[in-house]
Amino acid sequence: MRRFGARLLQNEQAGLLLALVLLCVVISFLNPVFFTALNIKNVLRDASLVAIAGIGMVMVILLGEIDLSVGSTQAVAGIVAVAALNSSESVVVALVAALACGAVIGLLNGLLITKAKINSLIATLGTMAILRGGAMVGTQAVSIQGKVESFVDIGTGYWGPFPIPVLIVFALFALFYYALHHLTFGRYIYAMGGNVEAARLSGLAVDRTKIFVFIIAGVLAALSAFILASRLNSGQPNAGLGFELQVIAAVILGGISLTGGIGTLSGAFIGILILTVLSNGLVLLNVSSFYHDIARGVVIILAVYLDTRRKESLLRRMLGSAQ
Amino acid sequence: MNSTPIIELSGIHKRFPGVYALQDVDFAVNAGQVHALVGENGAGKSTLIKIIAGAYGFDAGTYRIGGEQAHIGGPSESIAKGVVVVYQELELVASLSVAENIFFGRLPARFGRVEWRQLYARAAELLAAVGLDVDPQMKVGYLGIAAQHLVEIARALSHDAQLIVMDEPTSALSPQEIERLLKLIEELKQRGVGIVYVSHKLEEVLRIADQITVLRDGQRVVCSDAKGLDEERLVTLMVGRDVEGSFAVRDATFGSSVLEVEGMSSLAVRDISFSVRAGEIVGFSGLMGAGRTELARALMGVDRRLSGQVRVGGVNLPPSSPVAARRLGLGLVPEDRRESGIFPRRSVCENASIAALEDLSTLGRIRERAERKAVDAWVERLAVRTPNIDQEIAKLSGGNQQKVLLARWLLVANLKVLIVDEPTRGIDVGAKAEIYSLLGELAEGGLGIVVLSSEMAEILGLCDSIHVLRAGRMVASFSREQATAESLLTSALPTSSSPN
Repeated sequence: MRRFGARLLQNEQAGLLLALVLLCVVISFLNPVFFTALNIKNVLRDASLVAIAGIGMVMVILLGEIDLSVGSTQAVAGIVAVAALNSSESVVVALVAALACGAVIGLLNGLLITKAKINSLIATLGTMAILRGGAMVGTQAVSIQGKVESFVDIGTGYWGPFPIPVLIVFALFALFYYALHHLTFGRYIYAMGGNVEAARLSGLAVDRTKIFVFIIAGVLAALSAFILASRLNSGQPNAGLGFELQVIAAVILGGISLTGGIGTLSGAFIGILILTVLSNGLVLLNVSSFYHDIARGVVIILAVYLDTRRKESLLRRMLGSAQ
Repeated sequence: MNSTPIIELSGIHKRFPGVYALQDVDFAVNAGQVHALVGENGAGKSTLIKIIAGAYGFDAGTYRIGGEQAHIGGPSESIAKGVVVVYQELELVASLSVAENIFFGRLPARFGRVEWRQLYARAAELLAAVGLDVDPQMKVGYLGIAAQHLVEIARALSHDAQLIVMDEPTSALSPQEIERLLKLIEELKQRGVGIVYVSHKLEEVLRIADQITVLRDGQRVVCSDAKGLDEERLVTLMVGRDVEGSFAVRDATFGSSVLEVEGMSSLAVRDISFSVRAGEIVGFSGLMGAGRTELARALMGVDRRLSGQVRVGGVNLPPSSPVAARRLGLGLVPEDRRESGIFPRRSVCENASIAALEDLSTLGRIRERAERKAVDAWVERLAVRTPNIDQEIAKLSGGNQQKVLLARWLLVANLKVLIVDEPTRGIDVGAKAEIYSLLGELAEGGLGIVVLSSEMAEILGLCDSIHVLRAGRMVASFSREQATAESLLTSALPTSSSPN
C-alpha cells in the first residue's frame, strides 16, 4: 500500500485524478444527489467559466508569468458585451465586441510586460485595478440589463443533452491541447517558461510570443465574461471579483508550476474539476458558504505541499542514483 | 623570517566531476612574506584560493595553519584562524556605512543595542591603518572601487588577519591607486602579515612578490624566489608545454566571406571589426572579463549593438534581433549551458529542434516525424550518449549536453556561421576531443565558425586566425602561423599603465 502511494505521488496526474475520484465517491456516499445527471451538468457548467479563463492562465503561467486581470476583464468585457448587444440587438456583435475588448486588454498587459519590462504580477495588478475602476465608472456601479432574449441561451441553453458552455470548453480544450503539444507555438511556450534566456539566445521571438499569449488569455477571459453575462442576462461591474484567484488556484492545484515551463493542460483541468466538485459537494452537504473558501484554501495548500514533497523525493532519488 | 609558515598546504588534490582541478599542489606562506600565485585561466588558482579560504574542501593532502592541522568546515572558521580572502568581486554592502561593513556581523553591542561610538572609533583606527581617509559613517556605495578595496582590507585586519589573500586586487584600479595599494602591502609585510597575491599583471607581481608559484593545469610548475624570474620566463612557465596534438590538420581553402563585422560596439565591447570566410575558424582569445561572451551576445543581437555593422551572407543584421540573426544563418552556442543554453526539463529532441522548428513545421504545425528523424540523425552523427531522444536533457553529462546544443544549430538548414563560446568548458577530456574534431569537420563542410575561448590550447589548435580581446577591444590579431601561446598571452595581459 505504501509503495502504491509512493508511485501515485510520482505521477502527478494520476494522483490528481485519484483525488478527484475519491472526492466524488465520498460526496455521492454522503449525498446521492451528487451522482445525478442534473447535478453533474451543473458541476460541469460551473466549471466552464473557470476552465475557459483557465486555459489562458495555463499558458501565461507556463511562460513563468501571471495574469491577475482576468477577474476585472470579466466585468469590463461583460459590460461591453451587454452594451453592444443592446445597441446593436445582435448577439454576434456582442460576442465580437467582448472578444475584441479582451484582446485589447491582453495586448496592453503584454506590452507592459515585454516592452515596458514591468513584472507581470505588478503590471496585471495595475490593470486589474484600472479595469475594475473603469467598470464602476462606466456603469455608475449599476449593472446593465440585456434586452435581447436569445442572449441568455448561450449561457443557459443546451445542445442535445449538453450545456452550451460545456461544449465550448470541450472544443477549446481540444484546440489548445493540440496547440500546446503539436504546434511550434506550444513548444515555444514550454521552452520560454523553462529558460527564457536560452530561448532568446536560440533566436525565438520571445516578446512576440509573450504578447500573443497575453492576448489569448485576454480573449478567453472575455469569452468567459460573455458566457457569464449571458447567464445573468446583464453586465455587472462587480462580476468576477476574486475570479482571478479562483482560476490561478485551480490551475496550480492541477500541477502548473509558478516557476514556469512545468505542467499540462489536462492536469489543470483536473485541478479545476476538483475545486468545482468540492464547492458543489459542500453545497449539497449544506455546509455554510463561508466554509467553502476555507476548504478551498486548505486543499490548495495541501496540494502544493504534496507537489513539493514529490519533487524533493524525485530529486533525492536522482541524486542517489548519480552517486 | 619566522620558521613556521602561517599556512602550509602540501600534496593537495581536488577533483570536480570531470575535472582534476588540483594535483599534488604544495603552497606555503611565511609571516611577512608576499607569495604571488600566477597561472592561466583555469590553471587552478581560484580553486586553491577557495581551499585556503575554507570555502572548498579537498580530496587529499594536508592544510596547516600556524603549524597545526586545520580542520576547516567553512570560511568563517578560517577567518577565525586569521586567514582572510579579499575576492575580486568585493563582498561589501553598498547601502551600509563603511564602519558597519568592516564589522559586519560583529557590531559591538550591549544588550542588543549597537555601540555606535565604539564602532566608529574602531573603524577609524582600521581605516587609518590602511591609509583610507573617509568618514566611517559614509555609505560604502559612494566610494570608488579602490577605496572599497581598502575597506575590504580594513575588514580583513579587523579579524586580526595573519594572512590576507588578494585576488586580482588591482584589476579595476588606476595607476595611482595601484601604487597606494602596493605601498600598503609593503606596510602589512613589515607588520608580519603574510600576503597571497593573485594577479595577471606580471610587472606588479615581480615588483611586490618575494616568492612566486606558477600553476598550470592544476599542477604546481614552479615555486621559486621572485628574484630569479622575469616576465618572459613567467609567461613561458604559465603556458608550458606545446599544445598537444589533439587537433587534426585541416584543409585551409576558404570560400567567400560569410560574416563581416565592421566597427561594432555594444555597452561592453568597442570597435570590433573582423570577418569569417566559409570554412574558416576564427578565434577570440582573452582573459576572464575581456569581453568574449559580450562579443558573442552583441553579434547575435542579444545585447543591442550601438554602432557598426554585422553582415551575414552579405545581408545586414538589425542591431538587436536574435530572431533575424537566426533566420539569416547565425547561431550561438553560449558559454553557460545551464543558465542560457539548455531547457532543463525538456527532452533531448525538443532541445535540439527548437531553433529549426520553422524549417520543421508547416503553418505552425510541427512535422513530428521529420523532426525526430532529423534529430536522430544528428544525435547519431555527434555520438550523443543518451538512451533515446526523449530523455530529459538535464540528465545528460556536460559534454553530451554541449553536443545537443551544437545539434540545435546544425539542424538549422541555412546556418552559415556558428559562434561557439567556450566550446569545451566543464567537459571531460574525451568529449573535448570529439568536439574539436567536429568543429574541424563542420568548417571543412563550409561553415564559418567563431570560437571564443580562454583556453589558449584550443584557440591555437583550432583556429585559422586569432584575435585577442582585452577590456572589450581587439588588441592584436594573428594568423595561425604567427600565433604562439606566448604572443597571445602577452597581448591579453593587462599592462600596468592601463587599468585592466
